[in-house]
Amino acid sequence: MLKFIGKRLLMMIPVLIGISFIIFAIMSLTPGDPARLILGEYVEDEAIQAMRDELGLNDPFFQRYFDYMAGLIHGDFGVSWVSDLPVLEEIGSRIPTTLTLAFIATAIMTIVGVPLGIVSAVKQYSFLDTLCVFSAFILASVPSFWLGLLLVLLFSLTLNILPATGVDSWQNFILPCITLASVMMASLLRMTRSSMLEVVRQDYIRTARAKGADEKRVIFHHAIRNALLPVVTLVGLNFGNLMGGTIIIENVFAMPGLGTLILNSLYVKNTPVVMGGILFIAVCISIVNLLIDITYSFIDPRVRDRLKG
Amino acid sequence: MEKAGTLKKRSQLQAIWFRFKKNKLAVFGLILLIILVGLAVFAPLLVSYEEDVIAQDVYNKMQGPSAEHIFGTDHYGRDLFARVIFGGRMSLLVGILTVVISLCLGAIIGSSAGYFGGVVDNVLMRIMDIFLSLPQTIMAVAIVAALGAGLQNLIIAMVVASTPWFARVVRSTVLSIRGQDFIEAARACGTPHKRIILKHVIPNSIGPIIVQATLEIGMAIMSIAALSFIGLGIQAPTPEWGSMLSEAKSFMRNDPNLVIIPGIAIVLSVMALNLIGDGLRDALDPRMKN
Repeated sequence: MLKFIGKRLLMMIPVLIGISFIIFAIMSLTPGDPARLILGEYVEDEAIQAMRDELGLNDPFFQRYFDYMAGLIHGDFGVSWVSDLPVLEEIGSRIPTTLTLAFIATAIMTIVGVPLGIVSAVKQYSFLDTLCVFSAFILASVPSFWLGLLLVLLFSLTLNILPATGVDSWQNFILPCITLASVMMASLLRMTRSSMLEVVRQDYIRTARAKGADEKRVIFHHAIRNALLPVVTLVGLNFGNLMGGTIIIENVFAMPGLGTLILNSLYVKNTPVVMGGILFIAVCISIVNLLIDITYSFIDPRVRDRLKG
Repeated sequence: MEKAGTLKKRSQLQAIWFRFKKNKLAVFGLILLIILVGLAVFAPLLVSYEEDVIAQDVYNKMQGPSAEHIFGTDHYGRDLFARVIFGGRMSLLVGILTVVISLCLGAIIGSSAGYFGGVVDNVLMRIMDIFLSLPQTIMAVAIVAALGAGLQNLIIAMVVASTPWFARVVRSTVLSIRGQDFIEAARACGTPHKRIILKHVIPNSIGPIIVQATLEIGMAIMSIAALSFIGLGIQAPTPEWGSMLSEAKSFMRNDPNLVIIPGIAIVLSVMALNLIGDGLRDALDPRMKN
């Protein structure tokens, strides 16, 4: 198991190098001079040149990239070009907001979506099943930021029971988390339902019923393990999309999280902050996917044996 | 020979249409999409772009629905119905355009990787994997923000962000076909690669890919709206559903219609495309249905 985790951690390195190169290229090779963007339109050319020299913007692209990567290997993420604060400090102050959003939303999505999907499949064609399938279908067609606006309209502006913006208390997180979770929940519910329906049709389930196991045992002991494998994968995938979705949702609810920081830094091409922020998100997603693969081995003994061998 | 071939083809298309037709929800989706596309295409005949969509009439701002303005007016007194249908032109066009371009690029990359295998496959797909390891939203936001907001840059960003995804779908479809006996038979007859790809691999893999593309147009419409919403897409005063929502956000308390109606337009078009996509999947492969 440890060998497997070590191998997977090593495999993350080339992916992270690739991502860093792509983002660095996007930041450096697109039109728009960071010095001009940061200092503004009305600054003299000498000041712009001085800042370009200071930031090393006059060096060739590959030299700048290798300089950045050399710093990264030594744990130096650089300094924000706008605030002069270390990137780690700047990102660090935003991480709690974004990770709280992402993890609570993932939890809501899983805790509500998966059981509903199972019930929906077990009681196929019942009223509850129809309701679940119908709402999952509608939710799959709703853009998350619009759902967020509707929730603000209802709970903040009309009923006046929840705050619409900010991060002052835990109540601020209720609406954004529900927004992020709802849209992702739709795909999870559909996947759980169809995977469960496929499994309960298999012969070994019929065998279990034939030997007289009661329905609870058939579902929870026999069916669920096999049905959950594709669902677990989707939870990981959705977590990634959810991390991306926070850029939009933080904007809707005016939350100063990592997404907002990356977006604002992108506008002025504040490269060290953008690189740090996006690499942090990439690392989070890789780690969650690793956890998902480890979860596999708990659900499926065949995977566990392969990891041992 | 040629004639028999075309006859067979038409009958297969007819069979697919026959199965599609029986699916009431899919037909509903198709009708809904035809209405939405029709409104977008014929928008200039229904309302005037200069007078209703762009020109401001502040004395009549934020009025409720009336005979003259069936959805009411916005915060500049512009007719909301006119802006929604002209916004649909933008959203639908950009959605379809980005999916068509990224599908073509993805098909070239994915089919070469899948068909040739080996080193070509490894190199191409590892590059695609790196793109895929970041969420599409972040990739698109990074590209469009770096290039600068605007229609053209939005399309470039969306294409770069979704091409790797299509490449992977096409590759896995091609792989499943490449392994089949009739391809081996064609190779044994000495058929050149180009002809096998064009005559055998593409026609057989096109079905599932069209289904994915249909569903993906809906996703693209939502992403474009989201990017425009945070100010990275189509710029005011050109109407687009996402940018209309972003403008309306500040007036939500006084006039909820401004937020509700463009949102419903997005939901309806995505829903129509999802219904058609699901219907096509069942019609193309009846075994898939559960």
